[in-house]
Amino acid sequence: MKYAFYPGCVSKGACPELYQSVATVYPKLGIELEEMTTASCTGAGVLQEKDERLGDTLNARTFALAERKGLPIMTICSTCQGVMSQANRRLTTDSDYLAEINQVLREEGLQYQGTTRIRHFVWILLEDVGKDELRRYIKKPLTGLRAAPFYGCYLQRPTDALGFDQNPDRSKALEQVIEILGAEVVDFPGKSRCCGFPILTINEPNSLSMVATHTTDAKAHGADIMVTPCPLCHLNLDGMQTKAAQQHKTSIDLPILHLPQLLGLAMGMAPKSLGLSRNLVSPKAAMEKIGIGSNT
Amino acid sequence: METTLRIRRFNPGQEKPAPYYQEYAVELESSDSVLDGLIKVREKLDDSLALRCSCRGAICGSCGMRINGQSALACKTKVVSVAPQGGTIQVEPMNNMPVIKDLVTDMSTFWKKIRQVNPWLQPKGPPPPSEYLAPAEAMKHLSGVMTCIMCGVCVSDCTVLEIDSKFVGPAALAKAYRFVADPRDAFTKQRLTILNYSGGMWDCTRCMACVQVCPKGVAPMDRIMSLRAKGMAVQVPSTSGSRHAEVFTDIIRRKGLLDEPMLAVRTLGLRNLPRLFGMIPLALRSLVRGKVPGSGPLHRPIAGIHHIRRIFRHTRKKRRT
Repeated sequence: MKYAFYPGCVSKGACPELYQSVATVYPKLGIELEEMTTASCTGAGVLQEKDERLGDTLNARTFALAERKGLPIMTICSTCQGVMSQANRRLTTDSDYLAEINQVLREEGLQYQGTTRIRHFVWILLEDVGKDELRRYIKKPLTGLRAAPFYGCYLQRPTDALGFDQNPDRSKALEQVIEILGAEVVDFPGKSRCCGFPILTINEPNSLSMVATHTTDAKAHGADIMVTPCPLCHLNLDGMQTKAAQQHKTSIDLPILHLPQLLGLAMGMAPKSLGLSRNLVSPKAAMEKIGIGSNT
Repeated sequence: METTLRIRRFNPGQEKPAPYYQEYAVELESSDSVLDGLIKVREKLDDSLALRCSCRGAICGSCGMRINGQSALACKTKVVSVAPQGGTIQVEPMNNMPVIKDLVTDMSTFWKKIRQVNPWLQPKGPPPPSEYLAPAEAMKHLSGVMTCIMCGVCVSDCTVLEIDSKFVGPAALAKAYRFVADPRDAFTKQRLTILNYSGGMWDCTRCMACVQVCPKGVAPMDRIMSLRAKGMAVQVPSTSGSRHAEVFTDIIRRKGLLDEPMLAVRTLGLRNLPRLFGMIPLALRSLVRGKVPGSGPLHRPIAGIHHIRRIFRHTRKKRRT
């Protein structure tokens, strides 16, 4: 299994622990990655506010780079996945539009034929590695750990662009992985809602309210930790949790783990090697609950 | 097909009114909608059940409710699509609006917000002898947004309205777009300027919930994105929302990837000292924890950045021609 690895801006920027955990985990899963070092940002839906065609051209370039290598793209970010899926749908359902965009790519010697598959890491775990094979990698089941899933909007909507009709399991992908890792799924209404990150600099009180609502709700449902496949959600739910708690005059203290971090723990890897010491809300108490020392 | 409808009930006439769930077992055909099931309950099992419905064909917009947690029109939701093997279907009133009784909600705030965007044509100059005509081509792009039936389903699932009732909401913003983008309207910039401020077009999180649930394909969030693009194009006063999009795009042009600290500082503005100082504790905690960008503090451009810049130049040139 070889993929063109699209790390996204945030794992190369404000969430280096995500990049670290992916780099630690994937070689043990029989996955080979070739990092796309010359690919640009997807636009994250923000650049598209200014110019959707510009965003589609940048993404078509990324798809063409992977296509030239004959590799599917692996993403590790719900937002990257969603924005790319939507762009790919526009490009592959309108041949005139694709031809116009290919005119722009031609100067770099690129042409996008519309064949690149774009897959999030969590889908790859279930669909390519496979549930049975994944179970074989679990060396230290997370028995006793209560984990609340938090998807990130763009890994849940719009379902047609994300291929939910052909792959109905994707709507419950996180829950399935959590169960395979041996942890208990804490279902709560906020798991598919917005983390608030997109409006953090625009309307901070609303953004923090979303953080406070979802983290306190997950805790009220008994969660020890929350796990997310989206580093943007992580930035808000982990990074802004203290401020959200202050705004709501409460204490929250819910550790937020990146999905590859949780997977690595279940595979028996040391928390430090997965970058857990870089998470701002300490997972120490949750780790101790399942017999994992945070200094290992 | 034996199906159980688990309905959230609420009767304001009770001594101490409080919501509760009541289950009804009904035999339904595979062609039946959830609304068919509810009508069966009301007609055969419990005539105290309150719900709104009229056309039964996704035209009147009366039967918006939450079905298994997601807002939808009950008449357009087939039982087999939510419970393929039968079983239990949970039906609740719409969210983000008060409940009057059972599945009937109070939509007065919904209508107030629609009125807030002046949902009528505002042309300038003397009225024409007959209608205000526009070429079909110029109106074609509005056909999607004009299919809105005002059912409230998008408002019910809006993730911003859940935490901020002042947000004007997806339905009103889609309606605003319908007039902003109408070539006969003369108040485009004024409309966009009003929508530019708190509670308006920049407060949407782009969560796509409204796009997902809209039963008529209006895609309200896509209209909100178009409002933002039009607002920036006519240069409505700069807000943190418009600066966020402008700065984000500029950083991608310069570096290829996002530089988050730079985005925050430039969006907030160097004069916004309280917000900038407010970021210092988080920055320090991140530094202590070793959350330093892998590309270094200067966030160097990606390899091949000249290709990215060429795409930007090309797209801008195309926009001008």
